[in-house]
Amino acid sequence: MVEDTDLLADRIWRRHNPREQLIRYGVMLVTLTLVVWAVRDIDIFWPWVWDAPNQISSLGSRMWPPDPSRLGEIVSAMIETVHIATLATLLTILIALPVSYIAAQNTTPNRACLWLGRLILVSSRSVNTIIWALLFVAIFGPGVLAGILAIMFRSVGFIGKLMGEAIEEIDRRPVEAMEATGASKAKVIAYAVVPQVMPAFFAIVILRWDINIRESTVLGLVGAGGIGVILQGSIDTFAWQTVATILIAIIVLVLIGEAITGLLRRRAL
Amino acid sequence: MLEISNLVKRYGQDEPVLKGLDLAVDGNSVVAIVGASGAGKSTMLRCINRLVEPTSGSIRLNGTELVNLRHRDLRRARRKIGMVFQGFNLIDRLTVMENVLAGRLGYVSLFQAVSRRYPQEDIERAFVLMERVGIAHYANKRADELSGGERQRVGVVRALMQEPEVLLADEPTASLDPRTSEQIMVLLQSLASELSLPVLINIHNVAQARSYTDRIVGLRHGTMIFDGAPADFDKEALDAIYGGIESPEDEAIPPQAGPGKRESEVRHDST
Amino acid sequence: MTRPDTGEGTTPRTWRKPPFIANPLLRYGLLAVVAVYLVWALGTLPFNWERIGEGLPRAARIFGGGFPPSFSRFDLLLTGFTESLQIAILATLLGVLLSIPFAVMAARNVAPLPVYLLGRAVIIVSRSFHPVIVAILFVAAVGFGPLAGILTLTLYSIGFVGKLLAEEIEEIDWGQVEAMRATGAGYLATLYYAVFPQILPRQVGLSMYQLDSNLRASAVVGIVGAGGIGSTLMNAFGRYDYDFAFAILLVIIAVILVSEGVSGWVRKKIW
Repeated sequence: MVEDTDLLADRIWRRHNPREQLIRYGVMLVTLTLVVWAVRDIDIFWPWVWDAPNQISSLGSRMWPPDPSRLGEIVSAMIETVHIATLATLLTILIALPVSYIAAQNTTPNRACLWLGRLILVSSRSVNTIIWALLFVAIFGPGVLAGILAIMFRSVGFIGKLMGEAIEEIDRRPVEAMEATGASKAKVIAYAVVPQVMPAFFAIVILRWDINIRESTVLGLVGAGGIGVILQGSIDTFAWQTVATILIAIIVLVLIGEAITGLLRRRAL
Repeated sequence: MLEISNLVKRYGQDEPVLKGLDLAVDGNSVVAIVGASGAGKSTMLRCINRLVEPTSGSIRLNGTELVNLRHRDLRRARRKIGMVFQGFNLIDRLTVMENVLAGRLGYVSLFQAVSRRYPQEDIERAFVLMERVGIAHYANKRADELSGGERQRVGVVRALMQEPEVLLADEPTASLDPRTSEQIMVLLQSLASELSLPVLINIHNVAQARSYTDRIVGLRHGTMIFDGAPADFDKEALDAIYGGIESPEDEAIPPQAGPGKRESEVRHDST
Repeated sequence: MTRPDTGEGTTPRTWRKPPFIANPLLRYGLLAVVAVYLVWALGTLPFNWERIGEGLPRAARIFGGGFPPSFSRFDLLLTGFTESLQIAILATLLGVLLSIPFAVMAARNVAPLPVYLLGRAVIIVSRSFHPVIVAILFVAAVGFGPLAGILTLTLYSIGFVGKLLAEEIEEIDWGQVEAMRATGAGYLATLYYAVFPQILPRQVGLSMYQLDSNLRASAVVGIVGAGGIGSTLMNAFGRYDYDFAFAILLVIIAVILVSEGVSGWVRKKIW
C-alpha cells in the first residue's frame, strides 16, 4: 500500500491504518451513543442504585444462617423438579424426532413439510420456557403438568433443530448403498440414517436434560410445579433463611446434574 | 443378460454426460469400463440401477425394462442388481454382519429389518459368503474397525446377498493399496465365474482391467470408442481414450494405474 | 453370542445382533430401573386431573380471546421493548467488562490458587441459578424495575462469558507470556500484551452473542418484576388481556428472530 511506504519512509508507526481507525471510531461512537441513550432514558431512580449494595448485603445478612427446618419438604420438591425435567425430556424425544426428520433438507418428504418443520422449530425456540409455563398454567391450572408441557414445548425446538442438523450432516454414501439394495425409504432410514445420528442424538438429549433441570427450578415461580413453588412461597413470607437453604439445594442439584451428564457423555462416546 | 441401448443422460441443459450408449453384457463375462474422470463411467453404472435417472434410452435386465420402473417395481428390480462402491459405503457404526444382511433389505419386511430378525437361510447365506471371502470371523466386529481390503470384501458380500443377476462395481479398487486391489479384482473375477454372474467394473487401472477382465469398453466424453478383448486393447486404444485429457485423479491411485505410466503396465503384462 | 464358532461348518448357524450392553444383568437391570423410575415419577407427581380436565374449554377461551392479537396499546408495547433493550445493552456492557477480571481470576494458568478458587466459585454460582431466580432475589433487594433486571443480567453475563473466557485463557499460547516476562514486563503488562490479544477476538464474538442472549432473557426476567417487556406481558396475562398478551408474544418472537439474525451476521463478519 502507498501510505505504508510513506509511513516507512517517515519512520512513523501506527497500530491501525486510517480505514481500520475509522471503523474502530465508528463502532465506538455507536456503542457510546447507545449506552448514553440507555443510561439517560431508562426508568431508574438513581439514589436506589447507590443504595443497592447496602440493600443487597442486608438481604444477604438476613439469609444467614440457612434454616434447614424445611429440608424434607425442599428435598421432595427437588425430586419433583427432577421428575419434571426428566419426563419432559423423554416426552420431547417422541415429538422432536419426527419434527427433525421433516425439517432436515435431505429427509423431508416435500417442501411443505420442510417449512412446517421449520415453523415448529422456530416458534418453539423463540418462546422462553417460563413464557410457555405462563400459558400452560393459564390453561391447565397451576401444577406439574403445566411445567412438563412448558419444558417440552421449549425443548422440541432445541432437540429438533440440533437433530435436524445432525441428519443433514450424515455421510450420503451409505444411503446410496442402501438404496442400491432395493430397500424402501423406511429401511434406508433405519440402516443408513439412524446409526449415523445415534451419537449426536445421545449427546443432544443429555445436554438438553442438563439445561432442563436448571429451567425446571424456575417453573414454580409462575406456578408450574417444582422447587420454585416453595421458593416463591418463602420469598413472599420473607423466610429468607429458608430461601438460602433452597438456593444451596439448587446449586447442589445443578452440580449433581452436571456430574451425571459429564459421566454419561464420557460413557456414550 | 444386460442390454443397454441408446442411453442418454444430461444434467439440465449442459452437454450430455452420456451420448447414446449401446452395450450388451452376457452370461458370466467380466467387463471393464475404462475412461478418464468425467468420461461418464460412473453415471452409466448408476443409470443401470437408477441411482441416477437416465434422460432417455433403454436398459433391459433379463428382458425387464428398467428405465420406466417406479417405486415398488424399481426396488424389486434393484435387488437383482448388486453394487460395489469405491468408498465401500458401509454403515460404519453397524457390525459386519448387519452390513452384510443389509443386502437383504429388499427382501425382508420392515419389522425384520429393524429388529435384525433375518430368516435363517439369509444368515446361512451370509456366513457362506463371508467364509468364501475370508471375513466370517469378523461377523460381530464394527465395520469401521476393518482394514480397507476387508471393508471392500464386506461391500462385495453385501452386494452378493441380494442374489443379483448382475454385479456393478464402481471403482472398487481405487481406494485400496495395489496389493489389496489385485486381491479384490481376483475375487470379483472368480465370483463371476462361480456364480455365473455378469460383472461390470468401472476401473481406472488399465493394467488391472487387462489382466482380470474378459472384455474392455472404453468411454470418452460419454461415447463408447472401444469395445473388445483385452488383447486388442493396444496403445492406440489407450491414447484414444486418455489422450490429451488432464486427469488430476490419477495421482490419487496406485502408481502403475496412471495412463502416463505405460512402462510399468507393459512390465506387468509380460509377467 | 449364541452362534457357534465359524469355520467349523456346523449348520444351521444362527446369528443374533450383539446386544447394546453385553452384560445381561446390567441390560435388564437398566431396563427395570427405567421402568421403575417411570412408575415412580408418574405415580408421585401431583397431577390435579380435575383442574386439567377444564383445560380444553379454558384453552379455547384463551385463544379465542387472544385472536386477533390487539396492537391498540402500541405505545405500552414500545415502552416495554425500549426498556428491555436498554436493560440488555447496559447489562451486556457491564457483564462483559466485569467478566474479564473474573475470567482472569478463574484461569488456572494466570491466577494463584486461592484467587482461582474464588473466581471459579463466583462463576459456578452465577451459572447455577437461572436468571429468573436471581431476578426475584434482586427484586426483593432493590425493588421492582429495570435496576433489578440489569443486575440480574450482569451477573448472568459474568457467569457465561467469564466461564468461556477463562477456558480461552487457559488454552493460550504460553510462549507469548514467557516472551513478555523475558522482557521484564510486570503482571498487568504481561496480561495486557500477551494474554488479552489472544482472547480478544473471542471476547468480541461472545459479547455479540451475549447481547442477543440478554435481550431474550430480559423478556423473561420481567415476569418476576425486573422491568422490560416481560413485566408488560405479565400484567397483560394477569388482567386476562389475552389479545394484548398475544400481540406482545408475537413481537417478542419477531424481535428475537431479528436479533438472532443480526448477532449471527455480526459474528460471522468478525471471524
